[in-house]
Amino acid sequence: MKGELRVTTANVDRPRSYTLDVYREHGGYRSLEKALKEIKPDDLIQMVKDAGLRGRGGAGFPAGMKWGFVPKSIPKPRYVVCNADESEPGTFKDRVILERDPHLLIEGCLLTAYAVESHNAYIYIRGEYGLPIRRVTRAVEEAYQAGYLGKNILGSGFDCDVTVYAGAGAYICGEETGLLDSLEGKRGHPRLKPPFPAVAGLYGAPTVINNVETLSSVPAIVEKGADWFKSTGVANSTGPRIFAVSGHVVKPGIYELEMGKVTLRELIEDHCGGIRGGRKVKAVIPGGASTPILTADELDVPLDFESLQKAGTAMGSTAVIVMDETTCMVHAALVLTEFFAHESCGQCTPCREGTHWTAKILRRFERGGAKREEIDVLLDICSEMGGGRTICALADGAIGPVKSSVEKWRHEYEAHVEKGCPQKGELCEVEW
Amino acid sequence: MAKLSPETQERIRYLKDRFPRRRSAVLPALHYAQAELGCLEDDTLAEVAALLEVPVRMTTEVVGFYTMFDRLPTGRYKLEVCRNLSCKLMGAKKVVEYIEGKLGVRCGETTEDGKFTLLEAECLGACGYAPMMMVGPYFYEFLTREKVDSILDALSRDEMPPVAPAGYLEKDGAGSGGNGKQAVPSASTEIRDHLAIRLGAKGDKA
Repeated sequence: MKGELRVTTANVDRPRSYTLDVYREHGGYRSLEKALKEIKPDDLIQMVKDAGLRGRGGAGFPAGMKWGFVPKSIPKPRYVVCNADESEPGTFKDRVILERDPHLLIEGCLLTAYAVESHNAYIYIRGEYGLPIRRVTRAVEEAYQAGYLGKNILGSGFDCDVTVYAGAGAYICGEETGLLDSLEGKRGHPRLKPPFPAVAGLYGAPTVINNVETLSSVPAIVEKGADWFKSTGVANSTGPRIFAVSGHVVKPGIYELEMGKVTLRELIEDHCGGIRGGRKVKAVIPGGASTPILTADELDVPLDFESLQKAGTAMGSTAVIVMDETTCMVHAALVLTEFFAHESCGQCTPCREGTHWTAKILRRFERGGAKREEIDVLLDICSEMGGGRTICALADGAIGPVKSSVEKWRHEYEAHVEKGCPQKGELCEVEW
Repeated sequence: MAKLSPETQERIRYLKDRFPRRRSAVLPALHYAQAELGCLEDDTLAEVAALLEVPVRMTTEVVGFYTMFDRLPTGRYKLEVCRNLSCKLMGAKKVVEYIEGKLGVRCGETTEDGKFTLLEAECLGACGYAPMMMVGPYFYEFLTREKVDSILDALSRDEMPPVAPAGYLEKDGAGSGGNGKQAVPSASTEIRDHLAIRLGAKGDKA
């Protein structure tokens, strides 16, 4: 298929891919061996910078640059933290690595720890991910027994421990500083930045925190080189990414594609077999619940950071949610807004109040009683919530679906006021 | 007055010095306590804090923040149906209504025999395999009426459902269940049994 490039999902279809034996059979831990023998830590950071690897969690920050911010001279421990708190609605891409290739993630954590000269890595997995917790913990055990973790790894003199930590149910712990607070045993409240985690992160010490897929991309960069990685994808969006497609497509699931080589429409029509039941596509969320919704006319956009940004949305966590022509856009906005209202940590007034007020108004549109002027009230609230008025980006994310649905499907909001919900209060037509 | 068994007390004490800072032990310790008791009432929060030798506020202030912690007893099996967008597009609302009809309870309620609590959950990361529900730690995906029937029938007899939870393969089965009386363990039990082994066990004081 056009654009397919399997790097972090290369092993996941093999039987027992999650065991050390199978991982090693297919080249596992060779990048670690190579790095420990041949590459100096600072050169490894440079290599990841040269590869152009950008964060796969949501914000897309260059990973090598993040690592480069970690001061190596101050007398404090340095930590590597893997963000496996995957909980952005629509996102299920990290789960495939955690469940089907946990050793790849461990190798990625080790390479990262080696690069920033850290001896402690934590993998923070959302508590609801029972099987991922089981698989990653077992893989960590195996790695210790085989000498890939612990003291003097592979005789190199490099020490590194990995600890798996389970969350307890909170979307906001996927925000990197919220995660660090949670890992410290507190409520997951995002921290004011600066200082950034690279300088003062876990327990106040310099910390690199990266997403599962980001860390899992590092072994391939070490194995095949920065130039190879840079030659895939497009400028400023190098390498492949895992697209997690859900909703009204014939074949939902995981697709690892080179960035920029496939358009959103091609992903839906060619890779995912189009829309179920021969219906037409109506709306697509390209990068998880926090990213503005695109209309059926806006789908010829290549799937890379810059193209999606130019289209007025974002790549986010590459969670593609596809809605067919029967979907009520007011209801879709309501479902997502109720999510953000539930998950707001409550620290900042615009987010704590704004998400709930938006949900209340949207419920009135769906169930009756909304006034026409409230369409603009929704936009007003959005403009008061976003644009740096809050500690973290949750509020900006919450605005995405509301603002875009009001702006692009205003006629539906008007119809709701005049005639009530055309779907009679349901989200869409669905047979179950 | 100790409610926790000596074994759980020992596990929690073990956690105490496993992290660079003791407070990091609070979340795993609460999972351990909930695994045994099913929920975290005030006296349990005090007991866990005492075992970790941290102020009680450190357990009480987090318990309400995280949705996996229950302050009140729930049914033996929590059925958590994902209600977020991807699942709703595929019929999650009908799944909830079907289970409501079958069990004779509304969402949020527990059946009279104390066996099932029906809940809606926010996105659980199974969006491409919708609709889904989580029972304890297990994900049941691509739900159909037949699947829901067979899961509930088995659980009502305290048997492991014949439908394999997503992702579990032959030699990596979903385990023998919780405490003998329960066919499916709670999510906290799964965390206790599979995570506990390596929690900071390598002494990561830097």
